[in-house]
Amino acid sequence: MDTLTHFQVFTTLLIRFLPVWIAMIATFALSVTFRKRLGLYGKLFDSTVGMVGLGFVLFWVFTALFADQIAPFDVLAQISPMKNVTAGTIEPNGAGVYLLGGDHLGRDVFSRMVAGSRIVISIAPLATLFAFMVGITLGLPAGFWGGKLDAVLSFLANLVLAFPVILLFYLLVTPEVVQTGLPQRMAAVLFILPLVFAILLTNSRLYVKPQLRNLIVGAIVVIGGWTYLALVSEADSGINVLPAAIDLIHVPANLLIVFVSVVFVNAPTVFRIVRGLTLDIRTRDYVAAAQTRGERPWYIMLWEILPNARGPLIVDFCLRIGYTTILLGTLGFFGLGLSPESPDWGSTINAGRKLLTTAPLPAIVPALALMSLVLGLNLLADGLREESLRD
Amino acid sequence: MTGFLLRRLALLVLTAFCLTMVVFYLTNLPPQLEKIAKFEAGARISDDEVTSWLNNHGYGRPFLARYGEWLGVVPGWTGTDTQGGAMGYCITKGVDPAAAPHYCGVLQGDWGYSSVFKQPVSSILSTRLGLTGILMFWVMVVMVPTSLLMGVLAGMREGSRLDRTLSTVAITTTSTPEYVSGVVLIVLFASSTVGLSPHLFDWGWISDRTLFKGSASSAMDGITFQNFTLPVITIALYGIGYIARMTRASMAEVMTAQYIRTARLKGLSFREVVMRHALRNALIAPFTVIMLQFPWLLNGVVITETLFNYKGFGWTLVQAAGNNDVPLLLGCSVVAVFVVLVTQLLSDVGYAFLNPRIRIG
Repeated sequence: MDTLTHFQVFTTLLIRFLPVWIAMIATFALSVTFRKRLGLYGKLFDSTVGMVGLGFVLFWVFTALFADQIAPFDVLAQISPMKNVTAGTIEPNGAGVYLLGGDHLGRDVFSRMVAGSRIVISIAPLATLFAFMVGITLGLPAGFWGGKLDAVLSFLANLVLAFPVILLFYLLVTPEVVQTGLPQRMAAVLFILPLVFAILLTNSRLYVKPQLRNLIVGAIVVIGGWTYLALVSEADSGINVLPAAIDLIHVPANLLIVFVSVVFVNAPTVFRIVRGLTLDIRTRDYVAAAQTRGERPWYIMLWEILPNARGPLIVDFCLRIGYTTILLGTLGFFGLGLSPESPDWGSTINAGRKLLTTAPLPAIVPALALMSLVLGLNLLADGLREESLRD
Repeated sequence: MTGFLLRRLALLVLTAFCLTMVVFYLTNLPPQLEKIAKFEAGARISDDEVTSWLNNHGYGRPFLARYGEWLGVVPGWTGTDTQGGAMGYCITKGVDPAAAPHYCGVLQGDWGYSSVFKQPVSSILSTRLGLTGILMFWVMVVMVPTSLLMGVLAGMREGSRLDRTLSTVAITTTSTPEYVSGVVLIVLFASSTVGLSPHLFDWGWISDRTLFKGSASSAMDGITFQNFTLPVITIALYGIGYIARMTRASMAEVMTAQYIRTARLKGLSFREVVMRHALRNALIAPFTVIMLQFPWLLNGVVITETLFNYKGFGWTLVQAAGNNDVPLLLGCSVVAVFVVLVTQLLSDVGYAFLNPRIRIG
């Protein structure tokens, strides 16, 4: 079979990513132009490290967004003569070029890597966000009130943290555990906290305007409550509260357990960070002033303490998305959760490692993709830390 | 100090107790018990037969009783098999049932019998832990000096070109999980078709087809430079960046302290200041970080041992979990949880010893 030269492969790859380049240039141009008005994000463009990090992250975000335009082949399409071919092999029947070679089933490595970015980019930030909302909702009162509540919550957090992550994954992410409906029950507990967070946030802010508050809190309860119930409730599982007609959100059980376990692993660390920050900020004068004004505890926690803890939390948020990406890769690497033909990076590394010494590309390509995304997030966090410390 | 230690030890035991209970619960859910019954008594048995088999073999007892049985505070179950002979939790084949003890749990030193390896769990764990211990020893030998040196050199002159270079290296290695670095290292150094090895072979620099071996299974009989380098580096790499960054931050902070300026002003050379004054204080924080790194290393060990097929503790954990080998999995989790908790305790105590400003009581 004919192959392209390395240079041709390289230029074709550059052209395939064209939508990504355009989007990145547009984002950077707009951000640099208006950076004075963009706060912390705008200041990021003063630091080289931060800009490089943002570049990597944006590259993968846009790749996930334009995955359908970039990937030349279907992720599951198997062309048997193309098994384990090298980079740039031209398909004999004119279907196209396998730019980064083929895997052991004759699928296009490049297309799978691009499609895999969509899975990572959609799960990792969302799971991190949930972990943050769980950690904040529990960490603020633990640090603010202390006492028995703090002791119990801290003990539970340390309990989860003492669990080796991989052991926890192996225990939770198995077909048998999914059968018992445990993921749904864990989701029921974990997903209610973001809802509680949203209600507390608006209620404490709008307490003095009862009519507006009733309207907005009511809307959150109805919409959020429905989303929550639709997410958790699933036919033929442990929890089935909503009738099928209005249960519109269907999360496959194996995806739900991956999501839940990643949130579960991350939340205790966020809890500890938030608790520590609250303990520190609680002693400040403006908190004492707020207490003297007669503000209620949740208002102080959510509108006095939390905004002042945002710097370290934003930095940790970036780092934690990277860590979550690594965790998702670990799950895929051990073949847990997602189906084996799923194009996510961990699973493809796992599938590719068996033939590593003869056909390295199927494993190396997703491995480097994962590394570059995590590196980007770490650099971005570094840049943000540098810039937020500057003032 | 004694009070602190006693309180921490009590907390450690309580945590281990809770965690083993969680593991016991998660490994003894009804679908898993059904799988065990079908594995032992034949895959085609009916649901009623599954229930009766489970009841006859002690699985029907309440959860807490069964956990107590494993722990050794509740008497083991006894029953009769199809031939009318006695069988039970504490009765092993070929031993007189009358002489068998009533209690035989972890507290009595009996960790149970692995269904995958057909060996007592305690003997499996001791051999596997020995193998992982050797791996960890070499990881520490590589990781600790490298990362401390990197951190000190980078933090010594903050913002210098050396600092920027080393910090970039550190941040790159922390972004490279073991399953990425392992794969990249194998392709670079242990493949006979791609990477460095074919070139080195053509130039006649190495006599084997590859520079290093991509599998460490031969390292279980004897460690050589060839079969052990890659797994050790794979694990060490992820930790190096993290410890180096912590050391750098600590070193940079110390270098701005007043007493360092005093030392400089009284005319000591930069080298002297770093070696005699800065290092001692800068290395306190990394000590804690290194101790707390153990739980992370445990993850690395599981991934690396699986990738390089080195049959140590991590590999055993994967086998036990993958095959639902309950006694072995419980044994592994007890060990893992104790490693995590004991290192946390040691890091707290060690920190107090190293830093006289910290008092614990």
